[in-house]
Amino acid sequence: MDADKLAVQVADLTVAYQEKPVLWDVDLDVPQGVLMAIVGPNGAGKTTMLKAILGLLTPAAGHVSIFGKPYQQQRSLVGYVPQRGSVDWDFPTSVLDVVMMGNYGKLGWVRRPGAADRRAAQSALEKVGMADYADRQISQLSGGQQQRTFLARALMQDAQVYFMDEPFQGVDATTERAIVDLLKELRAQGKTVLAVHHDLQTVPEYFDWVMLLNVRRIASGPVNEVFTDENLRAAYGGRVGFLNKRQDHEPA
Amino acid sequence: MSSAQIEIQLIGIVVAAACALPGVFLVLRGMAMMSDAISHTVLLGIVLGFLITGDLESPWLLFGAAAMGLLTVSLTELLNRTRLVKQDAAIGLVFPALFSIAVILISRFARGVHLDTDAVLLGELAFAPFDRLMLFGALLPRSLVVMSIILVINLLFILALYKELKLATFDAGLAAALGFSPALIHYGLMGMVSITAVGAFDAVGSILVVAFMVAPAAAAYLLTDKLERMLLYSVGLGALGAVGGYWMAHLMDANIAGSMATVIGLLFLLCLLFAPERGLLATAARRQRQRWEFAQTMLTIHLLHHEGTPEAGVENRLDHLHDHLRWEPAFAQGVVQRADERGLVRLENGSLHLTEAGRGLATTMLTEKR
Amino acid sequence: MVAGSASLTSDKTMSLLDLLNSLLFDHTIRTVALGTATLGIVSGVLGSFAVLRKQSLLGDALSHAALPGVAIAYMLTGSKSPAVLMLGAGAAGVLAILLLINITRQTRLKEDSVLGIVLSVFFGFGLLLLTFLQRNPDARQAGLNTFLFGQAATLLTRDVVTMAIFGGLALLFVAVFWKEFKLLSFDREFGASLGLPMPRIDMLLTTLLVVAVVIGLQAVGVVLMSAMLVAPGAAARQWTNHLGRMTLLSALFGALAGVAGALLSSLGTGLSTGPVIVLCISVIVLFSLVMAPNRGLLWNYLRQWRNRRRLRTEAVLENIYLMSSQHDDPSHPHAITALEAVSGAGNVRRSLEELQRRGLAVPYDGNKWALTAEGVRAAQTRLQPAQKDEK
Repeated sequence: MDADKLAVQVADLTVAYQEKPVLWDVDLDVPQGVLMAIVGPNGAGKTTMLKAILGLLTPAAGHVSIFGKPYQQQRSLVGYVPQRGSVDWDFPTSVLDVVMMGNYGKLGWVRRPGAADRRAAQSALEKVGMADYADRQISQLSGGQQQRTFLARALMQDAQVYFMDEPFQGVDATTERAIVDLLKELRAQGKTVLAVHHDLQTVPEYFDWVMLLNVRRIASGPVNEVFTDENLRAAYGGRVGFLNKRQDHEPA
Repeated sequence: MSSAQIEIQLIGIVVAAACALPGVFLVLRGMAMMSDAISHTVLLGIVLGFLITGDLESPWLLFGAAAMGLLTVSLTELLNRTRLVKQDAAIGLVFPALFSIAVILISRFARGVHLDTDAVLLGELAFAPFDRLMLFGALLPRSLVVMSIILVINLLFILALYKELKLATFDAGLAAALGFSPALIHYGLMGMVSITAVGAFDAVGSILVVAFMVAPAAAAYLLTDKLERMLLYSVGLGALGAVGGYWMAHLMDANIAGSMATVIGLLFLLCLLFAPERGLLATAARRQRQRWEFAQTMLTIHLLHHEGTPEAGVENRLDHLHDHLRWEPAFAQGVVQRADERGLVRLENGSLHLTEAGRGLATTMLTEKR
Repeated sequence: MVAGSASLTSDKTMSLLDLLNSLLFDHTIRTVALGTATLGIVSGVLGSFAVLRKQSLLGDALSHAALPGVAIAYMLTGSKSPAVLMLGAGAAGVLAILLLINITRQTRLKEDSVLGIVLSVFFGFGLLLLTFLQRNPDARQAGLNTFLFGQAATLLTRDVVTMAIFGGLALLFVAVFWKEFKLLSFDREFGASLGLPMPRIDMLLTTLLVVAVVIGLQAVGVVLMSAMLVAPGAAARQWTNHLGRMTLLSALFGALAGVAGALLSSLGTGLSTGPVIVLCISVIVLFSLVMAPNRGLLWNYLRQWRNRRRLRTEAVLENIYLMSSQHDDPSHPHAITALEAVSGAGNVRRSLEELQRRGLAVPYDGNKWALTAEGVRAAQTRLQPAQKDEK
């Protein structure tokens, strides 16, 4: 595949925490315009991989490029949805304010978000069905609403590639529907999404590409080619049969 | 050595030992800053006790102070439970308020009495031998007697509840499931911290109480994983700090408490740097070694990964490791050389190939994962 | 008796007037009040961030750690100028932070242990240095001792000017890097993913916290400085859900406590300013925790009480309806005693009166009650989802 057409290209990515390997020599090619699920058992290094791609962790080796150029030069093309539980939702701020944080990277130093940013944030909230919640204090949100707020913040980044860490974790049915619709819409616009995902059952329904990860890459590609019983067994160590949804309870 | 000198050192050792015992549990349970809070608020207990009894020597002062220590703990928890403020803020709100009340009460009602706030904060160990009391027909320094009693209480508490304390510290959930009340152990420990703080700050001041409780225990935690040894080491380190601190103060004619805290800090620094396994130097050396080993494993996995693939010719070239693995050329050279010496890879015309041993290493590392 | 109490009141009015008078016209008291107000504002603003970042005890460690810095600065320069001493304190604070961050990151020790060690060892070392200085008669007057408990009464105009300059600079930085500090406090990793240099922003904010500590040392002292960083922010958080408003309110609370403390301790009571300021701010905290709308304890209690009453009233409504439906007549009246038997404990009469106010129930000859047509509808809508669940 031509490197310029690849939205994300990860090569030889190795990450270690205190010299203990978490990811071994992972390669990954993601073409533009796909919705890719990253699945694997707990402790497989899924979140680590997202963070290493985003430069939040320093990898021991390997490199990442976005549309053919090193990640550092392409930051403005990337959006990030961290795990919902990674922040303190009792922080004194409003939904609109959180969404506007998506633009802080582009605003530069000193400048404050203005009316145009406010409008953009409002329309991002509309896209996730949260238009009426703009002035709500974030501690008053349900889990699903928190997740949608984070998604709106990523939309605010107006990126080409989105990295999402467990967007479906602990959300209500309405939110799940809203996220799926949003993902499809992003794909229709030619955007690329990589999402860490836990629920094997919904992979074929929500995503069209998948990567199976367990410290090393087991397989990656279109769901109908790669999401096989054999690969799942390789990733989950035979403990999880396809579609019987047993998760292993290893600590992360 | 004069007998006063010996007595001061003895008091220092006993204080250090009495503080180190609860200190170990504070450090392990992540509650070290409670010692700071309690050592300040016991002053309020002493002041209130004095205002009620009118006697600075009354043993009730000790109880009042210990009760105030426990009150500090429960006020903090109460505040935390409202969920209006976080745990750390709760501590930071409670103890300055109680301490301020104590300072104000002293300046309003207890002026002129030997209860000035400087002495409470800083302590004056040099005067300890002059304050004596009759016991078993001998005239002993008051601090020595009081602190020895507290040391014995602490020892008895820990011996009696050793199993429970250990379990509650390392696995609070299991301890609760086995029927040990975590609240009982928690408050028992906090009571121990309180009476120790009261007894000790008369001699060494409240700030040094914190140093004696936290620093030796933390240093011991860098030296060992075993609770028994950690208790022993921290008592030893505390005693060493007390004696060393006394002599440093003696030589420099300086404040004894400040000198003891400084020496304890230096002892901690030594452990921090030189502790086997956990010290900074040992860690750095281990990391360095692991870095080379890790890099060699990484190299074998990288080679295995691309073995027999079309791009193998490119990926496996020595001069391409820089591009692919983002290694500095010198580092890549070093890794390849070491891997070659270990017989993991061989180099042919600038192209790297796995040996059987190298392939074996890569496969094992990949299958056992972590 | 009457005359006595009257004179007491007039004393009070007099002293209040006196206070106002001295605030406006007494140079010394005005200086002190200005100084403590400056301290309150700066520590209120920076303390807000510390509270939100769960670094409330960092201020405690930093203020203790400043002592050797002050002593060394004096030993090196021989100068008592507040700027020199503050620089020394600041340098020691930054060193303490670097140690704190690195020891916590490199070893298995938890942050609280390292805080405790840094706090006590730095302070002990400072104490050691002070004993040398105290042998020097000149140093006795250097006011180094005031760093323990602070002595706002000794604040001179030049001290206040120095405090205002350092504090003003710190506040300027907060204004300039406002959105970065907000991002740092709320979601540091997201900030890093945007390419912002979060470690440097963190260091900047923490250094500003050191500045706030240093400014306050002379006025409230090492021991009580930590309260000035925690309390205003913790109080302000209760009143608002907006970071900007919280920070402003926190500054206001800090200033208020500072001025009040300075005035109260100037009344000739012989109280030192630091503890009085801390008590003032503690009272503000207590008031905020109890009274603040939405979050406050009183508010919460009232909300729970109202909820309980609403639930009781609705239970009575459902019970009347269920009892009546056995009669084929939903508006059949029932005796209160029967309702009490079904509804159990709780004041049934009050619930019924509440229903009457809402036009859902009417009394029949004294002790009997029945639902109105609207009450029947209300009961039906309430019971519907429950009946659906049973199917």
